[in-house]
Amino acid sequence: MLPIVFEWHWDIGHFVFMGLFYTALGVVSLGIAVALVRTFKDLCAGKDPHEMHHH
Amino acid sequence: MPMDDSRYWPQGTTRCKPIPFLIWMVFCLLLGGWAVHSATLCLWKGLNQTAMNDFFAFGVWIVVDLAIIALGAGAFFTGFMTYVLRRDELKNIINAAVIIGFICYSGAILMLGIDIGQPIRGWFGFWHANVHSMLTEVMFCITTYLIVLIIEFVPLVLENRQINKVPDLAFFAHHLHRIMIVFAATGTFLSFFHQGSLGGMFGVLYARPFAYRTGVAIWPWTFFLFILSAIASGPSFTTLMVMATEKASGRKLTTHKVKMMMGKVSGYLLTFYLILKGADTLYWANVTLPKMGVSFWDMYQSSYGIYLVWLELGLFGAVPAFLLLHRRVRESYGLMALAMILNCLGAVTNRFVFTIQPLAIPVMPFEKWQFYWPTIPEWGISFGVIAYGLIIFSLAYRYLPVFPQEVELNK
Repeated sequence: MLPIVFEWHWDIGHFVFMGLFYTALGVVSLGIAVALVRTFKDLCAGKDPHEMHHH
Repeated sequence: MPMDDSRYWPQGTTRCKPIPFLIWMVFCLLLGGWAVHSATLCLWKGLNQTAMNDFFAFGVWIVVDLAIIALGAGAFFTGFMTYVLRRDELKNIINAAVIIGFICYSGAILMLGIDIGQPIRGWFGFWHANVHSMLTEVMFCITTYLIVLIIEFVPLVLENRQINKVPDLAFFAHHLHRIMIVFAATGTFLSFFHQGSLGGMFGVLYARPFAYRTGVAIWPWTFFLFILSAIASGPSFTTLMVMATEKASGRKLTTHKVKMMMGKVSGYLLTFYLILKGADTLYWANVTLPKMGVSFWDMYQSSYGIYLVWLELGLFGAVPAFLLLHRRVRESYGLMALAMILNCLGAVTNRFVFTIQPLAIPVMPFEKWQFYWPTIPEWGISFGVIAYGLIIFSLAYRYLPVFPQEVELNK
């Protein structure tokens, strides 16, 4: 739901509810973007992926 | 050798031969085929294929939905303990928890796709959101959390022995792992609210005395009780699935210490839940119900008698809590498994009682107690979700490095 939809009201309910929803989606998207950018940088730097350990 | 898939198995492990695995897959697919047939019937002919009617707007699908979402809470709570509270020993079971969470949530959403009757209009709830509805919050959080679970599952898939040879994918898996705390924290936030809102949905039904509860601010007490029962049963369910896989494969997958820790967490949370649930039940029976002009005994009649209370809070509540609190019980593989089964049955009974019973109780003076029993297509779709879970978990176990301790424990 975006403010362009006819049911939208500029009230606290819509602000909090949709605000939290889009924040969660934003954090998740940003996380994926960070992982993709770091992957790209590592590939460009010619690193060996199997020398990295995450556990 | 044809059909030899050993090069895809996790490094240093062995799995059963392809033929028994294929037979097992065919069995699961047959069960899944029953679900596809049932779903086709419901989508083609309509929801008249179910036993739902003007009394029962919710049926077995919602019971299964709520139950598997509660049992799938092991994913977010184990993730929270592993990445946020830094309990490193749980890294040995977190992959299994994530897969089970993924199965539970995606299974629930698949099932809801049939339950809403017209899945083609499923997006309406997102675009024309009613922000005052608990169900809207549930829908938003469940779908967003499923995205989080997929992100948590992807690195594990990319760690497959053959897939991991592709540098791009190996780097991506590595970098997703490194920021997993962000996803775990987001998942905890989302899960916390939708588990709560599922309970809140019942607690705000002021025309249904069985479900209605008082509360704090906009949240009825059921909001908090549903969160607690989910995080008490989720870790038990995850551990049970690991134990079942150990029995089926004949291999040791995690140390008993890890399982005991999950059992201890379940035991303490279940005890805390039961204390609050007991207080809530007493207040509801002695204050809330009399204020609404009905008594506690009015709520338990016909097929839905008082035995349900004894089952939910006694045999499936107090008994597993008592067992799991004792170290000696947790040290025994069989007793701990039994306590965990009872714990999970308690969560399922709670979801059944809240979904079906409020609708069975007459709300008009001229109405009688109603009884609901699912039709064959309803059972078909319910068993289909189980088949779906078995297929995903079996494939994941066979081809992905789910258990970091497996190689060491089976030397």
